[in-house]
Amino acid sequence: MSVIYVLLTISLVVAIIFFIAFIISVRHGQYDDSYTPSVRMLFEDELVKPKKSKVKSK
Amino acid sequence: MQTTNCFHCGDTCTGTPITFDEKPFCCAGCKTVYEIFSSNDLSYYYDLQEAAGTTPKAIEGKYDFLDNEEIISRLTEFNDGAVQIVNLYIPTIHCSSCIWILENLNKLNPQVTNSQVDFPQKTIRVTYKQEGISLKELVLLLAKIGYEPYISLEDFEGSKKTTDKSLLYKLGVAGFAFGNVMFLSFPEYFDLGSSAASGGEYWLNKYQDVFRWLMFVFSLPVVFYAASDYFVSAFKGLRAKILNIDVPIALGIVVLFLRSTFDITFNLGSGFFDSLTGLVFFLLLGKFFQQRTYSFLSFERDYKSYFPIAITRLTPNGKEETVPVQEIAKGDRILIRNEEMIPVDGKLTYGNAQIDYSFVSGESEPVSKKIGEQIFAGGKQLSGVIEMIASKSVSQSYLTQLWGNAVFKTDKATAFQNLTDSIGKRFTIGVLSIAFLATAFWLFYDPGKALNVFTAVLIIACPCAIALASPFTLGNMLRIFGKKKFYIKNTQTIEQLAKIDTAIFDKTGTITTTQKSTAHYEGMPLTPDEESILKNTIRASNHPLSRSLYDLLKEQDIITLDEYEEHIGNGLKSSKDDIKMKIGSANFVGKFTTENLMDTSIYISSNNAYKGRYVFHNQYREGLSSVFKNMSETLNLAILSGDNEGEKERLEALLPKLTPLYFNQKPETKLNFIKTLQDQGKKVLMVGDGLNDAGALAQSNVGIAISENINVFSPACDAILDASKFQQLYQYILASRKSIQIIKMSFVLSLLYNCIGLYFAVTGQLEPVIAAILMPLSSISIVVFTTIMTNLLGRKLS
Repeated sequence: MSVIYVLLTISLVVAIIFFIAFIISVRHGQYDDSYTPSVRMLFEDELVKPKKSKVKSK
Repeated sequence: MQTTNCFHCGDTCTGTPITFDEKPFCCAGCKTVYEIFSSNDLSYYYDLQEAAGTTPKAIEGKYDFLDNEEIISRLTEFNDGAVQIVNLYIPTIHCSSCIWILENLNKLNPQVTNSQVDFPQKTIRVTYKQEGISLKELVLLLAKIGYEPYISLEDFEGSKKTTDKSLLYKLGVAGFAFGNVMFLSFPEYFDLGSSAASGGEYWLNKYQDVFRWLMFVFSLPVVFYAASDYFVSAFKGLRAKILNIDVPIALGIVVLFLRSTFDITFNLGSGFFDSLTGLVFFLLLGKFFQQRTYSFLSFERDYKSYFPIAITRLTPNGKEETVPVQEIAKGDRILIRNEEMIPVDGKLTYGNAQIDYSFVSGESEPVSKKIGEQIFAGGKQLSGVIEMIASKSVSQSYLTQLWGNAVFKTDKATAFQNLTDSIGKRFTIGVLSIAFLATAFWLFYDPGKALNVFTAVLIIACPCAIALASPFTLGNMLRIFGKKKFYIKNTQTIEQLAKIDTAIFDKTGTITTTQKSTAHYEGMPLTPDEESILKNTIRASNHPLSRSLYDLLKEQDIITLDEYEEHIGNGLKSSKDDIKMKIGSANFVGKFTTENLMDTSIYISSNNAYKGRYVFHNQYREGLSSVFKNMSETLNLAILSGDNEGEKERLEALLPKLTPLYFNQKPETKLNFIKTLQDQGKKVLMVGDGLNDAGALAQSNVGIAISENINVFSPACDAILDASKFQQLYQYILASRKSIQIIKMSFVLSLLYNCIGLYFAVTGQLEPVIAAILMPLSSISIVVFTTIMTNLLGRKLS
């Protein structure tokens, strides 16, 4: 089989994988709220602080 | 006096601030929230954003209905007996601190397993173990920390909203196909005009068919799925004998697909699959852009969003029970607590009623009612507990009947033909006649090319750029207005707003502020001692009038009164040393008035001698006269007020001469007034605020609700204007007129592209690659043009 069929198949498979990933992400509601995750992401590090003080106080 | 701001909520502390942990607090509520947060190691809340909190309100007994199993099962999203998931709407969510604290609810109560905030929607989704914490306890916990959820009849009755994601899928499909078809077209682009016969690139020509049929496969989901809306819309339009803009679009898509398939089947050319998928992708992008609106605002509210879910009913043997509002029948005894809304019309049987009807009638001051008098649904009880007997059911009450009017059932969108559709008709006729003329010419001249020319004209004339002009201009304006605190329901409203020729205003709450009121004193001057006693007396009273007068009087030292009595519904009595004062209604202080005074006053007497009175005025919004003056240049104006004529003279002085003023207007009369104007061919803008304007807002061409706080509920409307931007209203109307001009300019621009394209099509030289360049180029330049123009327009808005 000519190499072009192999390449076309690979490129199509990659494209379809991304397409499926998109469909799944929409279905899981990733596009419902596009603001809160951006804020939530910034909390992560600071959350450790109150936890530490909790350990100390005990 | 130096002003201190509350550490929790940031409000100015009136009186003496409560100091706790070396931090000032404005009230005990704020202090408690701080205590809860700091004792649970959650004080990071204050590091994220200073003074982020909200003062909790007293809520005793308000959520007793959440013990009712039926209500719980209706409200929860998931409930298997052990774990429950509930989605609650919390209007006070406003900053990142809010998100942080609400997502750390499990630190406050370990039974909460997960909580997730949706900031744009202002909702929180809480998963919790039922045995550890009930829904009521959860709601109380939230209320205790200043995040009181709003649970209304609508949540109870309404089906769970499912957002339509099909546009996103369609956009995804079209984008996916567009990208891949573009890739697969590359060999054709590089190998222009050559075929195996004429000695082109051998290697590419050998696999030409594979590439072409792959493109065909990719275009199938685009035509049959992604573009399906256009076929449906065109079909609906044709059936209703309207040539909307979707007719030429659908025609273009069909012709593109058929001609391309025909071309590759008979090996005539590469087909127009790249243009086809690109066209659909750009069109859907425009639709997507137009569709995004304000998810946290609701423009479709009726009385159900205001009414409580459940109410306390008294059984014949005197027990209290919580029942859903709809189950209230004629003759039921109902208990209304402080700050609760009266859900049905009925008769007062116990207690002192001070009812705030501002929602229903627009009257600004609370009305006192005596036992035996009629009270109406929609009022809010302000002083203590009352009991009433229902005389109607909820849906038959005076206020709720308004929603039976046909206005609330018709959809404004269907009745209005937008600019794009009106141009679509002429455009379709124009394109079809050019196509037939060109075909006729070629049939005569070179019949072999006739079909080619006919399809080429339909392909190149597909009004992609025209269809994009309006969504991008108006979608962008929607966003710009949103930044300026003018929240519009959809893009069509902007078009409607540009056509307005008459503006009707409600008075109370619309052109007056609800936050401030002013008063002036009439009568004999008060001695310094009397002034001091007056201020100290009303300090203790919670009556709304006392509160506003207290804020208006100048500072006095705090003294201890010898005697203080509050006679609810009448006034206050107090004494200090040898001065006895009475403050309250005219009858209470012993002044006999025969005249029927329409203004609101507090009367004062000292040692049984009448001294004078404080007369309250509506405080009009800043810049009211200039707004009206500017608007009167191009618009007809009128005022429709539910209030009495007490303010007539002051209004007349403020407004342009001969502005018609109508007082004592009922909700239905307001609605009919607007209907009459519309029957005369006027395009009416209604500006209102309360439920009493709901009918008029729905009837008008554009209904704008003015709101002091956009998160608090406003009636169903087309747009919500933040009260602080009232002065800009006329500018906004002018801006929407200008955005219509921008659309018209883009139409001219895209017609220019069409003319270039038509030249190639009519002369029979349309190569797929020309279409593939011209179509995206015209679409993108329209998008760029409208974006730049609207941003320039937005910059001019202050």
